[in-house]
Amino acid sequence: MSDAASLFKVNGVLLVAIREDIDDTDIVDLQDRLSNAVNDEAVDGVVIDISALEIVDTFVGRVLGQLAKIAHLLSSDTYVVGMRPAVAMTLVELGMTLPEMRTALDVDQAMRRIREGE
Amino acid sequence: MSFVPEAAQHLETAAIKTERDVATARRAASRAMDAIGARAVAKARFVTAVSEVARNALIHGGGGRLAVHADERAVYVICADDGPGIDDVDAALKDGFSTSDSLGKGLGGAQRLAARFEIETSPKGTTIRMASA
Amino acid sequence: MSAGQETLKVLAERFDDLLLRWTEAQSEEGVQRTDVFSKKEVREQSTRLLRAFLDGAKGGDLDDPDLSTESWADLRDALREVSEERTERGVTPTQMATFIHALKTPLFEFLTDRIDDSKALAAELIVAARLVDAFALHTTEAFIEHREKVIERQRAEMIELSSPVVELWKGILAIPLIGALDSARAQEVMENLLEAIVERQAEIVIVDITGVRTVDTQVAQHLLRTAAAVRLMGAECIISGISPTIAQTMVQLGVDVGEVLTRASIRDALVHGFNKLGWDIQSIKRPDEHAGRRDGRGGRV
Repeated sequence: MSDAASLFKVNGVLLVAIREDIDDTDIVDLQDRLSNAVNDEAVDGVVIDISALEIVDTFVGRVLGQLAKIAHLLSSDTYVVGMRPAVAMTLVELGMTLPEMRTALDVDQAMRRIREGE
Repeated sequence: MSFVPEAAQHLETAAIKTERDVATARRAASRAMDAIGARAVAKARFVTAVSEVARNALIHGGGGRLAVHADERAVYVICADDGPGIDDVDAALKDGFSTSDSLGKGLGGAQRLAARFEIETSPKGTTIRMASA
Repeated sequence: MSAGQETLKVLAERFDDLLLRWTEAQSEEGVQRTDVFSKKEVREQSTRLLRAFLDGAKGGDLDDPDLSTESWADLRDALREVSEERTERGVTPTQMATFIHALKTPLFEFLTDRIDDSKALAAELIVAARLVDAFALHTTEAFIEHREKVIERQRAEMIELSSPVVELWKGILAIPLIGALDSARAQEVMENLLEAIVERQAEIVIVDITGVRTVDTQVAQHLLRTAAAVRLMGAECIISGISPTIAQTMVQLGVDVGEVLTRASIRDALVHGFNKLGWDIQSIKRPDEHAGRRDGRGGRV
């Protein structure tokens, strides 16, 4: 359950690492956990690492997009990092460009951007 | 049915009963794509299609089963449910082009991603057949 | 005697004679190709094939030869190797098949020597013919398969060459697109590009379309999709090389570039990239130049 995604707080940033075998139930669960965490703690930003995901379908894509919006409403910015080339190509083919979701190459870059207040 | 070539081997059949089973279906398709040595992009495309179709069977079909076959060329997947069927197939296939807001059924996306895509639906149930090549 | 036994005997007992007559027949048919293979190489290839044939015949069902079975594995390998060697040097499929078929000549000759009864001889000749035919057919298939692999490899190389991903600066990649951009090519380009982003940790990607012959709706879609994919991976995509003509076409086609950055030239795109990454360009001043300038400012980007 909570194994599918681990949450850490590092330098005021909420770091989420999503595991490869996450399923529908877990990801909706994650959305809850993250929204609460962003709300409860003083978080400068959220970084979601999806580098372990070989597959991102419309459901997961939608949840990620929603997460970004929720966090934004709670005055925090969400960065999704580590998207694999095959995943990016498939999402784009599905018409999911997720414009509301910020992206960065990796955790370092995302943290830098959060610090610089981009 | 002649969708799956005679020479293809049946690898496994996954039951789609709960939300967690969509991931099970994904894993089954993933294993099959690995078995035929598919490259990352081809794998991502087809397994995503399988994911969409499996979820559709669960949410709109009340659950079903996913049979996975393979030969050296491709992976063949047959997803069947005993649900109420799809009224307007054309609309459903268009719907699938979801933006992050709409609740598309994801089938249109699956059709786009699979090399071959066939859908058969009636009030007795829906069967979708897809091939990765 | 069951059919095929005499053939097997001929193969086993008169191996060397068979080999010699076969190479002679190859020459007679004009398919030895001593222009690309030395006599020694031809002899080695023929020997290898004949030996594999003999081994397979010992274990296989001669009456109904199925070359896909285990007992013929050696022969399949030998056929494939020889086929590849010959393909590489330009031997045609017909020449290759005739090369194999030429084996019938000595085989039939030797069988005729051994068998007096005409009915038995006829039956045996049919078996022998079928064997050699299966042989030749398999060769042709292996040949074609190999050719297709070569073509596929060359095609992939051509695509790589025609759109190489270049690192202009640390974190800045450029890909000059040249020629026509169809769906298949667009996908390969996208894949190369996205993988390069991961490899080189690029933050800026410049896709230059100066060399793209026509920009229609399809091409525009490919470009926008590429830009979207680049963004999803965390990098920024700039499309450069947009001429006034292309700009007009895109507007007329109703293509919405949206948030994708565009620039007229790679140079402009590069400038943007440098700025984004925090780089500034100054000219290196020489002492005498410095004397002539009061403010001492170099060129600033």
